[in-house]
Amino acid sequence: MKVEQRAAESRSKAALSDKETLLKLYREMLLIRRFEEKTAEMYQAAKIGGFCHLNIGEEATIVGTISALRPADYVYSTYREHGHAIAKGIEPKAVMAELFGKETGTSHGRGGSMHLFSQEHRFYGGYAIVGQALPIACGSAYAINYQGTDEVVMSIFGDGATNIGAFHESLNVAKLWHLPIVFICVNNLYGMGTAVNRASAVTEIWKKACAYDMTGERVDGMDVLAVRRITDQLVAQAREKHEPSLLECVTYRYRGHSMSDPDTYRGKDEIKEWQTRDAILSLGEQMKKQKMLSDDDIQRIDEEVTAQVEEAVKFAEESPDPDPKDLYRDVYAGEAAS
Amino acid sequence: MAVLAMRDALNQALREEMKRDESVFLLGEDIGLYDGSFKVTRGLMKEFGEKRVLDTPIAEEIIIGTAIGAAMSGLRPVAEMMTVNFIMVAMDQVVNAAAHIRYMFGGGTKVPLVIRTPGGGGHQLGAQHSHSHENWFAHVPGLKVVAPGTPADAKGMLKSAIRDDNPVMFIENEGTYAVKGEVPDGDHLVALDKNEVKRAGEHITICAHSRMLIVAMDAATELEKEGISAEVVDMRALRPLDMAPVIESVKKTSRLITVEEGWRSYGVGSEIASRVYEEAFDYLDAPVARIGAAEVPAPYNKRLEKIAFPGKADVIVTARALLGKN
Repeated sequence: MKVEQRAAESRSKAALSDKETLLKLYREMLLIRRFEEKTAEMYQAAKIGGFCHLNIGEEATIVGTISALRPADYVYSTYREHGHAIAKGIEPKAVMAELFGKETGTSHGRGGSMHLFSQEHRFYGGYAIVGQALPIACGSAYAINYQGTDEVVMSIFGDGATNIGAFHESLNVAKLWHLPIVFICVNNLYGMGTAVNRASAVTEIWKKACAYDMTGERVDGMDVLAVRRITDQLVAQAREKHEPSLLECVTYRYRGHSMSDPDTYRGKDEIKEWQTRDAILSLGEQMKKQKMLSDDDIQRIDEEVTAQVEEAVKFAEESPDPDPKDLYRDVYAGEAAS
Repeated sequence: MAVLAMRDALNQALREEMKRDESVFLLGEDIGLYDGSFKVTRGLMKEFGEKRVLDTPIAEEIIIGTAIGAAMSGLRPVAEMMTVNFIMVAMDQVVNAAAHIRYMFGGGTKVPLVIRTPGGGGHQLGAQHSHSHENWFAHVPGLKVVAPGTPADAKGMLKSAIRDDNPVMFIENEGTYAVKGEVPDGDHLVALDKNEVKRAGEHITICAHSRMLIVAMDAATELEKEGISAEVVDMRALRPLDMAPVIESVKKTSRLITVEEGWRSYGVGSEIASRVYEEAFDYLDAPVARIGAAEVPAPYNKRLEKIAFPGKADVIVTARALLGKN
C-alpha cells in the first residue's frame, strides 16, 4: 500500500538531544527487537503456543510513546504488546515466562502472549478483541479525575481499531468528560491482511480526531525522536489540561500479522523499502555522527541486550508450569466460587 | 422496618452505599438529571453531584468499559443498563472483559463492578424490549448473577453486590419496581450466594426468581385452597448457584417445577433440573417440569403476549399434572 505524507513532520520542534536519553531509547528499541526475534525462534521451536504477534519494525513507535510516561501512568495495549510491556518497565524474563505459559509469567501463565499485565508497572493489559480496551482505558482516566490525582492514561491500538464503534465512543467521552488520556494509533498500514485504504474511508487516521474536536497528530512512527517529542506534548496536555488527543504513528511491522501469517497480501519490495528506514539503524547512525556512539558501543549494547534476552529464555525454560490444582484460582476475587 | 416499593428499596441501597463509601459511583443513561428511566436513581444526582452520578451518552459499550476501567483503578462503579435488552451491544465488555480480566491477568487485578439492569416482558414492548437474559450471564465463569424478587432482598443484595470484589450482574425486573414489601432499615445485607425457601410446603417444590417468584407465591396460595401444599424456593442467587435448599426441598416433596420468564431452552430451569438429576435423582417421583416463555420473539399484541409469558395459571396447571390431580 502506498502511503502519502508518510513522514509528515510533527509540529513539535522541542529539543531531545542529551546523550543519556538517546542511549536509553536506543537500548530499549534494540532490546525489544532482540526479544521479538528470540520470541519468533521460540515460537518455531514450539516453546510458545497459541497466537503470537510480533512488534518487529514498530520499536520507534513503542519506545517513543511509552518513554514519555511516568511509572504511575497507565498503559492499555493490544494483543501485539510484548514490546509495550517491556517499554513500561516489566522485566523481559517475566514477559518471556508468560509466553512460555509459566507460573512466573506476568499473568502466571493464565494469559499468554496476548494478555500480559502488571499492576506494579501500571501496565493494564493486553486485550485480544480489537478496540475493546479503549473504553476500559477511559475508565481508568475517569478514575484519575475522580480521585483528583495527576496520572495519564495511554491507550494504544492499531489502525484496524479505528473503524470499530468502541473507538468512536471512547473519543467522544474522552473529550466530553475531559479525560487525561492519549490515544495512540499504531498505523502499521494493515489490519491483519487488509490495507488501511481497503478498510477505512479516511486513511489519515489522525483526522478522525476532528469529529470529536480533539487534538489529532500524525508522526513518522519510524523516527523515535519525532514520536517522543510529540508524545511529550500530548502527555503534558493530558496531564495539565485534561485535554485528550489522538496520535497516529505511521509505522510498519516487518513480520506478518501473527506467526501463522503467510504474508501474501503485500509485496516483498514494500517490506524491504520500509526496512531501509529502520528506526534502530537510523538512531544508531545519527548518534554515531554526533559522536555519542561508536561501533564498539553498538556492538556492546547489542551483546548486553542479547544476554538479557538469553537470560529471559533461561528463566522461562526453568520456571515451573502452573500447578493443576490451581486451575480455578482467581476466577473470582476473595473467595472460591463455582 | 418500612414498607417500600422495590424501586425505593434499591434507591435506599444505592444512597446508603454512596454515603458509606466515597469510591462508589453510578453511571448510565438518564440516571441523573432525568432521575432514571424507572426512577431507581431518583434524587441521587441532586444529593451526590454529577461526578458520582454520571449521565452517559446512549452508548452501552462505553458505559460498561468505563465502569470496568474505573473498577480496576480503585473505584466501585454501579452501572445501570436501562434495560437488559441494550446490554447485547456491550456483551464483549461484559463477557470478554469484565468476567475474564481477573483470571486472564493471573489475579493481578480485580473488577469490583455492579451492572444493574431490568429484564422481563409483559408490557407490550415487543421483541427487542422484553428479554430475560440472566441465563446468558449465569453461563459465564467470572460473573456473579443475582435476581432478587422482594424489596428486602433487592436492598440487601444490592448492598452486598456493591461491596463484592467481583463483577455482579444485578438483574431487576420492569414488572416488579412498584411491588411493595417490608424492608429492614439501615445496614441490611443479603448474601449473594444463598437461595432461600420463601414459603414452606409438603407436596411439591417450585423454584423461581425475580418476578416469577411473585407468580410462584401467588400460585402456591391458590394451590393451598385445593389442598396442594407447595414449597417455594427463591432462586435469587443464580451464579454461584446455591442448590442446597432445592435439593433439601426435593428430598421432602419429590416433585419439582422450575419457573422463569425467559425461554426454557438452555435456561435456568434446565440447569436446576440437571443438578437435581445429578444430586437427588432417587428422590424424584416425576420428571422435573420447566415453565418458561413461549419460544417466539415477544409479540406486541396483548392477547398473544399474555399467552407467550408464563403466569400463575401455568404454575397451577403444571402442579396439578405433576401430582396427578387434573
